[in-house]
Amino acid sequence: MNTNQQKALYEYLLWMGDTTLVLGHRISEWCGHGPILEEDIALTNIALDLLGQARFYLTYAGEVEGKGRSEDDLAYLRDVMDYKNSLLVEQPNGDFAYTMIRQLLFTALSYHLQEALLSSSDERIRGIAEKAIKEVTYHLRHVSDWVIRLGDGTEESHNKAQEALDEVWMLVDDLFVMLPGDKLLVEEKITPDLADIRKKWNDTIKGVLEEATLKVPSETYMMKGGREGKHSEHLGFILAELQFLPRAYPDAKW
Amino acid sequence: MNSNEQIWSFLDEVMDPEIPVLSILDLGIVRSVEVNAEGSLVTITPTYTGCPATHIIEEDIRSKLKEKGVLNFSIKTILSPAWTTDWISGEGRRKLKEYGIAPPEESTSDKSLLSNKPKVVHCPRCNSTNTEMRSFFGSTPCKSLYVCSDCKEPFDYFKCL
Repeated sequence: MNTNQQKALYEYLLWMGDTTLVLGHRISEWCGHGPILEEDIALTNIALDLLGQARFYLTYAGEVEGKGRSEDDLAYLRDVMDYKNSLLVEQPNGDFAYTMIRQLLFTALSYHLQEALLSSSDERIRGIAEKAIKEVTYHLRHVSDWVIRLGDGTEESHNKAQEALDEVWMLVDDLFVMLPGDKLLVEEKITPDLADIRKKWNDTIKGVLEEATLKVPSETYMMKGGREGKHSEHLGFILAELQFLPRAYPDAKW
Repeated sequence: MNSNEQIWSFLDEVMDPEIPVLSILDLGIVRSVEVNAEGSLVTITPTYTGCPATHIIEEDIRSKLKEKGVLNFSIKTILSPAWTTDWISGEGRRKLKEYGIAPPEESTSDKSLLSNKPKVVHCPRCNSTNTEMRSFFGSTPCKSLYVCSDCKEPFDYFKCL
């Protein structure tokens, strides 16, 4: 692997690692606040799976970077601009409908991406995908069930779900942004072209929203920049909480 | 110098921290043990991506082997092939049921995860198949919450993966 490919792969792994880490952190905020006990448990279970994925990706990112940084170094000692997660996942939880809509939009991406990564030419990425696809499959089923239940539920749950969808839609294109270096990875069959993933994502989302009697929002301004480190103000607050301990006590062990 | 068989038998004494009746061999977490002149290499695989027990299991293997006087060993974690509930031994399934957790019912090769088909799950207490799922997600990443419609007891089901 040449230096350019290595750099591109590092950036890609940060995107995957940071996105799963930040979303895992976000939904763990529901712990103790879920609408029903079963859902409280479901969300924290999903948060754990996302955190597990983040660990695999950040560990590998540190190895690819080759500067001896561990998963912890990458998670705890990078500031906002160096985080490369998609903008969608750093948004505050809002109400339950918002959390479920946000989760659906991400999980459908994750599902189709992991499915494609099962045939990655990179053994490590393939191994993570083999593991992740099993869990992401039931995450997608679970969150789709909820979106259908809310959208096709009462007038109030329908309205809340539609409002959430309308509000969050401007962050959808950011999920599929490809950096210039991604081309190198696609050529080497390490990662798929995100334009192809987008097509599958569109079909999955369309299917769920139709069943949920929710309308795909009309064309709107699209905000982008997550993979370039241009974030909303929300990420800083997440990192402040996430990173407090290792920054305040640099030699702390746990 | 310990033999391959000895290392395996030591590992059989390492219990899963969440389900203490199962050894890590019952669960199929240990994929291989290699012994050569330099020492031994134990290869393990995590059950669920985010299972907090994975780290503890590694620590437990370390202290067990040290306690048994095994020198020069290392532990390697692999992700592929991905762990499946098919690797839980027959003995492991029996112990799970005895412990009150319904063991995974069917092979995962039929892609049952993808369908919404309800599975037939036996109540670990009264063996009834008249059971229903309350929540796919349970008290740990590996379990779903079920309830028996005959004996009315709630129980954990080790979900197929």
